[in-house]
Amino acid sequence: MSTVFIALQANEETRPIIEAIEIDNPAAVVNRQPAMVKIDAEGSLVIRKATIEEQLGRSFDLQELHINLITLTGHVEEDDDSLTLSWNS
Amino acid sequence: MDMKVAKKKLGLKEKYRTMTRDLGWEPSYHSKDELFPYVGYEGIKIHDWDKWEDPFRLTMDAYWKYQAEKERKFYAIIDAHAQNNGHLNLTDARYLSALKIFLQAISPGEYAAHRGFARVGREFPGVGPQVACQMQAIDEIRHAQTQVHAMSNYNRYYNGFHAFADQRDRIWYTSVARSFFDDSMSAGPFEFMIAIGFSFEYVLTNLLFVPFMSGAAYNGDMATVTFGFSAQSDEARHMTLGLEVIKFILEQDPDNLPIVQNWIDKWFWRGFRVLGLVSTMMDYMLPKRVMSWREAWEIYGVENGGALFKDLARYGITPPKGWDDAGKAIDHMSHQFMLGLYQWSFGTAFHAWIPSDDDMRWLSAKYPDTFDTYYRPRWEHIKKMAAAGTPFKNYGLAKLCQTCQLPCVFTEPDDPTLTCHRETDYKEHKYHFCSDGCQHVFENEPEKYIQAWLPMPQLFQDPVNGDLGEWMKWVSLLDGKDNGDYADSEDKKNFEVWRGLATTNQ
Ligand SMILES: [Fe+2]
Ligand SMILES: [Fe+2]
Ligand SMILES: [Zn+2]
Repeated sequence: MSTVFIALQANEETRPIIEAIEIDNPAAVVNRQPAMVKIDAEGSLVIRKATIEEQLGRSFDLQELHINLITLTGHVEEDDDSLTLSWNS
Repeated sequence: MDMKVAKKKLGLKEKYRTMTRDLGWEPSYHSKDELFPYVGYEGIKIHDWDKWEDPFRLTMDAYWKYQAEKERKFYAIIDAHAQNNGHLNLTDARYLSALKIFLQAISPGEYAAHRGFARVGREFPGVGPQVACQMQAIDEIRHAQTQVHAMSNYNRYYNGFHAFADQRDRIWYTSVARSFFDDSMSAGPFEFMIAIGFSFEYVLTNLLFVPFMSGAAYNGDMATVTFGFSAQSDEARHMTLGLEVIKFILEQDPDNLPIVQNWIDKWFWRGFRVLGLVSTMMDYMLPKRVMSWREAWEIYGVENGGALFKDLARYGITPPKGWDDAGKAIDHMSHQFMLGLYQWSFGTAFHAWIPSDDDMRWLSAKYPDTFDTYYRPRWEHIKKMAAAGTPFKNYGLAKLCQTCQLPCVFTEPDDPTLTCHRETDYKEHKYHFCSDGCQHVFENEPEKYIQAWLPMPQLFQDPVNGDLGEWMKWVSLLDGKDNGDYADSEDKKNFEVWRGLATTNQ
């Protein structure tokens, strides 16, 4: 399985998002680099609105991710509740 | 009195359909062929434009909201940077060479991408790609503007930032990036999408922006971190569009595969050559290194590109033709390039320098198979020449590759002691190339590339007529200020006076 990743700016807005990603993807590897955090996962990675809202303590529109996104790989599948990155092989 | 109207909130998919697809219409007083005249001649067959899916399903109203938020964040930091003498937080003013190259060669590329996406957004018949291309066109002009604005803060204090627009048009090394974008903009709409949307944004942009931004963060350049992040937050959408485009084209008709594969081969190699400039930045120009060019290639080239092409294999796509040659060049290109930049530094609007002993220790650790064998001896020799008061300067003109417009400074893929040189005769002229990849690109479309503007022939035309001083005037290069060895530069003197000695790389 190939690796997918997402990289976010390291700031106060993304801290709870990164915590949520860690909760929903226990096998993912979190690399903290200066000013950015890159999260790698085998095959696929899921980001869930509900988990982020729990960490954040407020409602969260998944499209707010765009503000702090740096880069990602894999096919993107997004609806109101989750965003999934995956490779087909 | 206002009436409270119960508003049902639309789901993401519904909203995207309503605010994107439903904006399209069937033309009634012109035919579709008249409206979209360029969509057929490349041979790409599209049967159903509605199959186009934007995975992010971003609509214009949300787009403006998030872009405004990004701009607010950007200007808050740029203002703070200017108000607090942010330029004095740099590790060392050598770092600025990387920024100068970026401003002269890359930011104009953002503007070119803006023009390209504005054009193809008009030329595609489907509403999905029209909206996505419109957003990207606006993103790209924002990138050009925020970059110029952020770097203008350095222009108050340092040389080499004052004439980027002239240099974009006239100086020799920027023609590498310019010809790349001009090539894509003068191609058909589908080729443009594969060139910029897929090959550049998806396959290569990570190699440019991610290490560049981390480099800025490591070297105390808050302004660049900020414009980099602000631009990069759009890139994930651009990359996703690039991947979507290629899937869409390939799923529409099996006849599209060979055309697309040919474009992937071409644009991977074109892009790889442009990124050669980044390799020197990562291995030589950052006083505080982030990772080597080789390490960045492992992560974003081998690992990520490998995953991508494995995934696309189900459509019959194979890795680009030049992929193996690129892999072989990785351990050599930054050294060969930097040696070139040093010997021609009289003609660059940024500084080059001889790597220090610390720098060379780092380079041999990062390039154990090549640096000590092939490149350290050259630098040591150049160092001796400089110490003897006879610095190595090459006033000969570089032979440029007709395709990528880089000087032919690279070696054979399998023999690092032999310069790589290819030539093709076409219509009674001889054309030169730096590599098999560039020669193939030319031979597929010779009528396009024989028209290329090349900076060296320009030297012998009006208004320069072979005169170096006239050339400097023409490209707005201030001799003794913008160019030459960093060791003797005003930038170095001023920075040291202003902030004191810089940190080392230990
Ligand atoms: Fe851009
Ligand atoms: Fe872009
Ligand atoms: Zn070339």
